[in-house]
Amino acid sequence: MTHHSRFIISVLSFGYAFLYIPLLLVVIYSFNDSAIATVWGGFSTRWYGELLQNDLILDAAFLSLRIAVTSATAATILGTMAGLVLARFGRFKGRTLFSGMIFSPMIMPEVITGLSLLLFFVTLQQLTGWPGQRGFSTIAIAHTTFAMAYVAVIVQSRLMAMDESLEEAAMDLGGRPLRVVFDITLPLIAPAMIAGWLLSFTLSLDDLVIASFVSGPGSTTLPMYIFSKVKLGVSPDINALASMIIAAVSVGVAIAWLVSRRIARTSSNT
Amino acid sequence: MSLATQQQDEMWRRVAIVAPYLWLLVFFLAPFAIIFKISLADPIIAQPPFTPTFDETGSLKASVDSFTFILTDKFYAITYMRSVLMAAAATIMCLALGFPMAYGIARSNPSTRSLLLLLIVLPFWISFLLRVYAWMGLMNNYGVINNFLMWLGAIDEPIQMMYTDFAVLIGLAYSYLPFMILPLYASLERMDLDLVDAAQDLGASRSRAFWDITWPLAKPGIIAGCLLVLIPAMGEYVIPYLLGGPESLLIGRVLFDEFFVNRDWPLASAVAIILLLLLVVPIVLLQRHQARDQEEAV
Amino acid sequence: MKDFICIEGVSKLFGDFKAVDNVDLEIGQGELFSILGGSGCGKTTLLRMLAGFEIPSSGTIKIDGVDVTNMAPYDRPVNMMFQSYAIFPHMNVAKNVGYGLRKDGIAKPEIKKRVDQMLELVQLSELETRNPNQLSGGQTQRVALARALIKQPKVLLLDEPLAALDKKLRERTQFELMNIQDELGITFVVVTHDQEEAMTLSGRIAVMDEGRFEQIGTPKEIYEFPTNRFVADFIGTINMFEGIVTVVGENQIQVYSDEIGETLTALGRQLVEVGQEIDIAVRPEKIFVSKEKPADEDGVCVQGMVDDLGYLGNRSLYRIRLKSGKIVQVSSQNRRRSVTRFLEWEDKVWISWRPRSAVVLLD
Repeated sequence: MTHHSRFIISVLSFGYAFLYIPLLLVVIYSFNDSAIATVWGGFSTRWYGELLQNDLILDAAFLSLRIAVTSATAATILGTMAGLVLARFGRFKGRTLFSGMIFSPMIMPEVITGLSLLLFFVTLQQLTGWPGQRGFSTIAIAHTTFAMAYVAVIVQSRLMAMDESLEEAAMDLGGRPLRVVFDITLPLIAPAMIAGWLLSFTLSLDDLVIASFVSGPGSTTLPMYIFSKVKLGVSPDINALASMIIAAVSVGVAIAWLVSRRIARTSSNT
Repeated sequence: MSLATQQQDEMWRRVAIVAPYLWLLVFFLAPFAIIFKISLADPIIAQPPFTPTFDETGSLKASVDSFTFILTDKFYAITYMRSVLMAAAATIMCLALGFPMAYGIARSNPSTRSLLLLLIVLPFWISFLLRVYAWMGLMNNYGVINNFLMWLGAIDEPIQMMYTDFAVLIGLAYSYLPFMILPLYASLERMDLDLVDAAQDLGASRSRAFWDITWPLAKPGIIAGCLLVLIPAMGEYVIPYLLGGPESLLIGRVLFDEFFVNRDWPLASAVAIILLLLLVVPIVLLQRHQARDQEEAV
Repeated sequence: MKDFICIEGVSKLFGDFKAVDNVDLEIGQGELFSILGGSGCGKTTLLRMLAGFEIPSSGTIKIDGVDVTNMAPYDRPVNMMFQSYAIFPHMNVAKNVGYGLRKDGIAKPEIKKRVDQMLELVQLSELETRNPNQLSGGQTQRVALARALIKQPKVLLLDEPLAALDKKLRERTQFELMNIQDELGITFVVVTHDQEEAMTLSGRIAVMDEGRFEQIGTPKEIYEFPTNRFVADFIGTINMFEGIVTVVGENQIQVYSDEIGETLTALGRQLVEVGQEIDIAVRPEKIFVSKEKPADEDGVCVQGMVDDLGYLGNRSLYRIRLKSGKIVQVSSQNRRRSVTRFLEWEDKVWISWRPRSAVVLLD
């Protein structure tokens, strides 16, 4: 029914080209045989091979994955509670501060969050002796803190869109509030929780600045490793790494999209 | 319902509030208090490298030296200013490109719409660092853009793009464009299209109807989008580091270097506090805005 | 002036889909005309072509002698009241109503004067500075009406004008609309799916289906003399009996119907031949029910059994099963006040109607 003006179509094309051409070029150059990343030296997959033999990258990737799984899980639990509180608990003492604290980590510049958490950990260590070594646990805590904000927002908006009468009906049928949460509310917000977990996972894998602040010697996450290499300029094995990430994300998102479309189609048919 | 189960429910309700609340108090609010505390200390060569807030006798020892230093040294004023300007310029670029894009997406038919939207969100899931890195290969002196232009014969020697403010702007606009498009899309999509038809029916031309109806009704999205770009862009560290020149510093980089290179913790904290003060107004605006948005949605 | 609005051979295609299919229509000045049809029949597309939001794929549209087929909506002497009312949410009532005048560059005091007049006409004078979200449904409808009328258009288009209102309000607003139309003498073209609304509101109705007009006429013509099965079935309730013509007389025909099990007489208004398959249609309120066989000789008279009945206060509905299994709907006025039922389930009854009550339908 709608037809776009030429202006809109050209801006859309330009915008999507702007977003995707850089990524496309990284993928193309990851198959470049030449060690000088900007000169084309023929097709090759050697950088992928080298990537898989680089222990530093593999270690960093493993650490990042562990942190991402841990912090995403913790953030999903805490964020779901926070989302429930914001959407369903009405007014309570300290609500303004609560919602303020939930949303702030999302927009706070990373340098500030990182610096404040590091100084906090240092002070805590002085006072209590913990954390003796900064690394896995401090990064996981930092990531949990800002990722739970995203989970809370996703869960809250899902709950807002959801009909409260479903829960009321369950209570009307004799369910106790807590049972209702487990029987009705949680299954209904499960998609939001999964989305929140995935987002937290990605945010954690993605984070460089905060991790740089709160990590200690010996714990290098994948972004930290990449940054140390990229600082020196374009490098072909990073192209290969980037391509693998782009491929993994694209496949994952495409599957998620197809599945959600099928669900939407079957539910609209009934 | 028995009294015991009621009490149990009440207990769980409390857990749901207290657990996230406590977490945020400890790991979000307390760290800010500590930044503030350390910004009032003096740097010393020790571990940790700052003077304690209370000396041996127990009396308060606060120093505003770090703040006076920042406020008197022109370097900081210029850097803050440059950060604000850069972030503002990036915001305008995002709006100029993002508005027509969001408009086009919101007005396309539902099946294409979800695909177009997906393509806006997809970059979120790909490493931020690697997306910035992608531009290094593009904007290099011997990168794709220069090679292409030279092959075309448009230029004889490479244009210096990397390590300039231009590169930083492109990087900021590229990274934050989705943050602009999503809220814009949300407010354009829920707009009743009859309103634009009604304006035209009453004598407004196409462009008049846009400025009378579409633009003001998209304002919530415009405000949210601009703030979502402006606030994080002000403190950005990675983009200016990788794409910007060594002499054109932005405040995020300065904070990082004061801390890690100069090991002046009080000064770094003071830099953070002042940045935070600069951001208080837009952050409060955004939060109030989102709270109102949510109330309207109910 | 009969051809104030003149639609000639207008079609509109969306891809392969013919939303409006070669339509001709003339509407006179000052008429209150309704286009009635189900969803997807093309009525809204036709209205949007009159407003200028869609350009016809072929054909011409003239208003007051001027060809407006390709004219932009903002240049047409036509205004529209939208189904959603499309009140600008960021402007107050007076700003909304005055919007059209402001776009015409009219001086401020003049705008103020005319907005006041218009608000008085729709009885909203005291709500001038209200915001749209503080208005009730009925008030919103009147703001939309005032805004569409203020430019004194030659034609006012109304898209489902009352669909968003509740039943009580709808009835009252119907008459208000008619009064305003009468007072201003503007030609109204209403699009609606609600036959009751179309019947009470309009002077003439066009019944539309699959992009074409099935019948154009006054409410009475359309109800009493539907020209085809679609219109008969779409407007109100009707009983249809399949039959074959056996005798063609001067003024009347004889039809044998299996479903009734008898030959019956109907008035022949159309040209039919012996042996032709036709439908006989009778409205439920034209059928009488009685326990004894009625005396009327030339009427149609069949025996049946009460299958179901319902009491509606002012009238009762019966479903009568004939021997053939055909169910006939009958509606009868409850003239007498009584608590006992006149008929019960399974009662044997006679149903009858006069020949001139039946309509002969050929297609």
